[in-house]
Amino acid sequence: MKNNNEAIAADNYKYIGTRSIRPDGFEKVTGRANYGADLSLPGMIWGKMLRSPHAHAMIKNIDTSRAEALAGVMAIVTYDDFPGVSSEIVAAGEGTEDLLDLARNLMADGKVLYHGHAILGVAAISKQIAEQALELIDIDYDILPAVLDVRDAMAKDAPILHQTMFTKGLSETPTTPSNVASVVELKKGDILAGFAQADIVIEREFYTPTVHQGYIEPHACTVRYDEHGQSMVWCSTQGHFDVRSTTAKLLHMSLSKLKVIASEIGGGFGGKTTVYLEPVALLMSKKTGRPVKMLMDRDEVFKASGPGSATRNWIKVGARNDGTITAMQGKLHYEAGAFKGSPARLGGMTAFTPYDVENMFVECFDVVVNKPKVAAYRAPGAPQAEYAAEMIISELAARLEIDPIDFRLQNVAKEGTKTIYGPKLKKVGLVECLEAAKNSPHYQQPLKDNQGRGVSSGFWFNIGGSSSVTLNMNRDGTGTIVEGSPDIGGSRASMQLMAAETLGIAADNFKTVVADTENIAHNDGTGGSRTTFATGMAVVEAAKDVIRQMKSRAASVWSVEVDTIDWVDGVAINIDSTEKLSAAEICATADRTGGQISGQGNINARGAGPSFAVHICDVEVDKETGKVDVVRYTAIQDAGKAIHPSYVEGQYQGGAAQGIGWALNEEYVYNDKGILQNPGFLDYRIPLASDLPMIETVIVEVPNPAHPFGVRGVGETGIIPPLAATAYAVSDAINAPITDLPCSPPNVLAVIQANS
Amino acid sequence: MPIVDYKVPVSVDEAVIMLKGCNTAVKILAGGTDLIIQSKPAGSDPLTVVDIKSIDSMMTASIDDEGLTLGPAMSCAELTARDDIKSVYPGLIEAAYLIGSTQVQGRASIGGNLSNASPAADTIPALIAIGARCIIAGPDGERVVAVEDFVVGVGKNCMAQGELLKSIQVPPPEAKTSDAYLRFIPRTEMDIAVAGAGVSITMDSEGVCTAARIAIGAVAVTALLVPAAAAALVGSKLEESALQAAAAAASAASKPISDRRGTADYRRHVVGVLVKRAVSIAAQRAQEQ
Repeated sequence: MKNNNEAIAADNYKYIGTRSIRPDGFEKVTGRANYGADLSLPGMIWGKMLRSPHAHAMIKNIDTSRAEALAGVMAIVTYDDFPGVSSEIVAAGEGTEDLLDLARNLMADGKVLYHGHAILGVAAISKQIAEQALELIDIDYDILPAVLDVRDAMAKDAPILHQTMFTKGLSETPTTPSNVASVVELKKGDILAGFAQADIVIEREFYTPTVHQGYIEPHACTVRYDEHGQSMVWCSTQGHFDVRSTTAKLLHMSLSKLKVIASEIGGGFGGKTTVYLEPVALLMSKKTGRPVKMLMDRDEVFKASGPGSATRNWIKVGARNDGTITAMQGKLHYEAGAFKGSPARLGGMTAFTPYDVENMFVECFDVVVNKPKVAAYRAPGAPQAEYAAEMIISELAARLEIDPIDFRLQNVAKEGTKTIYGPKLKKVGLVECLEAAKNSPHYQQPLKDNQGRGVSSGFWFNIGGSSSVTLNMNRDGTGTIVEGSPDIGGSRASMQLMAAETLGIAADNFKTVVADTENIAHNDGTGGSRTTFATGMAVVEAAKDVIRQMKSRAASVWSVEVDTIDWVDGVAINIDSTEKLSAAEICATADRTGGQISGQGNINARGAGPSFAVHICDVEVDKETGKVDVVRYTAIQDAGKAIHPSYVEGQYQGGAAQGIGWALNEEYVYNDKGILQNPGFLDYRIPLASDLPMIETVIVEVPNPAHPFGVRGVGETGIIPPLAATAYAVSDAINAPITDLPCSPPNVLAVIQANS
Repeated sequence: MPIVDYKVPVSVDEAVIMLKGCNTAVKILAGGTDLIIQSKPAGSDPLTVVDIKSIDSMMTASIDDEGLTLGPAMSCAELTARDDIKSVYPGLIEAAYLIGSTQVQGRASIGGNLSNASPAADTIPALIAIGARCIIAGPDGERVVAVEDFVVGVGKNCMAQGELLKSIQVPPPEAKTSDAYLRFIPRTEMDIAVAGAGVSITMDSEGVCTAARIAIGAVAVTALLVPAAAAALVGSKLEESALQAAAAAASAASKPISDRRGTADYRRHVVGVLVKRAVSIAAQRAQEQ
């Protein structure tokens, strides 16, 4: 495997930046790691959801009598079993959710809103009997026409999904319900004046389809309800504290009466930041007095977990002949699925942020359709909008006959650039990424016949948030890092490295444990690329707390003031006498100097530095079939500081692979009645290893001043540039504009034929 | 699928008796890569499964002056490792190599792929191209059916209950004859054909095509033999015009549907492209002999 990896930026770290062995790797490759489906309890029964065969229908009647008569059926739960739900905004994943929508998504409240929408749950003594019972439930539907696209949803006579939904954000209060949940405007400067200065203006509308995160592990949980306040949920999640808070809220429990344990997780990418099964399983457990296990089949994951929004985004950009961009405008339409809450606004905030342009204006429409409720997907909202913007930028560069990287550099966002959403950018590394791209061996390589090249920038904010860490020092001087951030990208190794660097003790002396909700204070979920940044800061705080205690213990042993103690390479040194006490020695005698040593780092991290990226993609197009092969790909991204370079590269490569899949073949295919045609990996085509070249990576390091080691989150940005880099490469190869994704063979052939 | 009986015959005769005497629905199990995923959950009708993998003749292949005799249940992995067969029928081996993944090929068989009768089966156009015949054993003796007549509809073959596909036979090829199979999928592997083309081409020493068989897959309810495409090639030196004519004939003969794997128009177009390319590959192989 060819790999063109390099770290830019020098430093003097001893442990940070090394490629230590992943601590959870051995358990995973030997099959010992326990995932969502791996817990079984004595007396446990099985739950299954009955799902709607229709995309849009009123439920006239539900008859469960035949199912209830089946031997082995223990309970049936419906929406009415929730103990009273009202509309309330709660924290969930990377954003917020309306509790009422969440409940109505868990089980339909009289109306089904998409193919696969859960209607009720059956608990039975075996999975087979539960499945058999589903076939014995009789439901009368009044089928309604399905709304499957933002255009249809916004049409004058469109069927309305929610009679109680009135568009928010309009200047006049609407009097009729609408499928548009909200309209948000973002602006900077004077858009009309900006276009008036332009010599050239390009505008197009772009389409991106509904896509799924495609995590390998389906949703799964095992739960036990306990009337005395010992209820438990074991599940695969990116945020077990959020599972606890939403579930407790829905079931009117206090947080202390529900323990949530995060299993090992087989992928999430944002899709495991909400709940689909856990509250229903607890209702079943409450009714039956038995532990309940629920697993989604793969088709259920596609039909009824949260995909990423399909979008129709119109973009218009104007520039002067000298290459100065004068105005950028967008009108973004994001499908929310069946309930409000698409990341349209995030699309608007990110679309133009790689550019320092005076005049910008974006309108963002959040539109409901008869598809599953969208969930976060890796930089939620950004790939779709930035795809449209970057396609126009590349086309403008070509029309102006300016190198696409030079064009981006000429208009580049940098420290001090005012964003469309308000604040000015602090220190960022987009210039460095663009320069690294321009100097890369890839960019120098000439193209062959039928090949094309695309370049794209990408921007994502990253978040900080609440993280709590306890560092328990053992009597032999080793330490256990207790954190509450499920590890979806190798973060346990990074936590060890940051503790090691802070304390001056080798990394393999630390073990990192992801504790359940009872064994550590609240942690926000693993999302927003926050874990290595925020939980990492909490680890550093905890390690500093340990150093303070160690120094104090050494001072008491030597009967000196603590300010005469230095801490170097894991050893306390008496500056005056040069006496030394190692961490192991201090820990061994801790009981005699005041008790065991344990550091605490509970923070709400601020100052998550944005991570910019630049990707270069070369494709070769078979012009007779429309098939696209990616022949070379380079991902360049600012990590601030790569704590563990291998996992940073892994994030770049994984983001690139997912984004290439989004660009080339991934899409939800519905028939005209809204029935999903491809709920499985056979026909929902994510890239295979054999479909991709080795993704080359370049780690750019422009340290984030807000983090002790300069860390920026790296998990999400990498999925943004591949859409435009790949699709523009196809445009370049076939010499015709691509607007609609995916660039699947039939779609590309159609563009070729239309332009020949 | 409540399997009420699982039988393991050791000879073709025993298998035929078991199949005939069964009073429930019956399925023949070779590698099971289709049968097992088609199984219905609890509650469906009782089923007898007859596992034919203990019948030696079903699991082996031989090639000699009489041609190829292929045990229908032999795994694709074993078949594709057979250089003696690959040197004579490279297109058939190409098709076998495309079924599922490496792991699946350890179980999947050509006879299973044929009997499952999917319109998109990769080996069926390849078998038709080389003139393969099915030897079917039944209670009243044996009968021989050309592969193009074996499949009669989507998921349907011509065998009655009690019959068993005993072997697949291919006559020895003429001199300077070779075959090729190409399929189109949006990715590189692990996919179902959007369209497929199996061809066999015979050349003379002057570089003229003297005989051809062209079969196309995934573009109609069954794989189709397209004599018009072959006719467009015979007598030509396979110039671009002849290739285009063969492609056009294949496209014209196709009757594709639109589904999640491709539109009818796209399939009609691509099957022609595949025919053209497969013919060029087979002709080159033939001329290298």
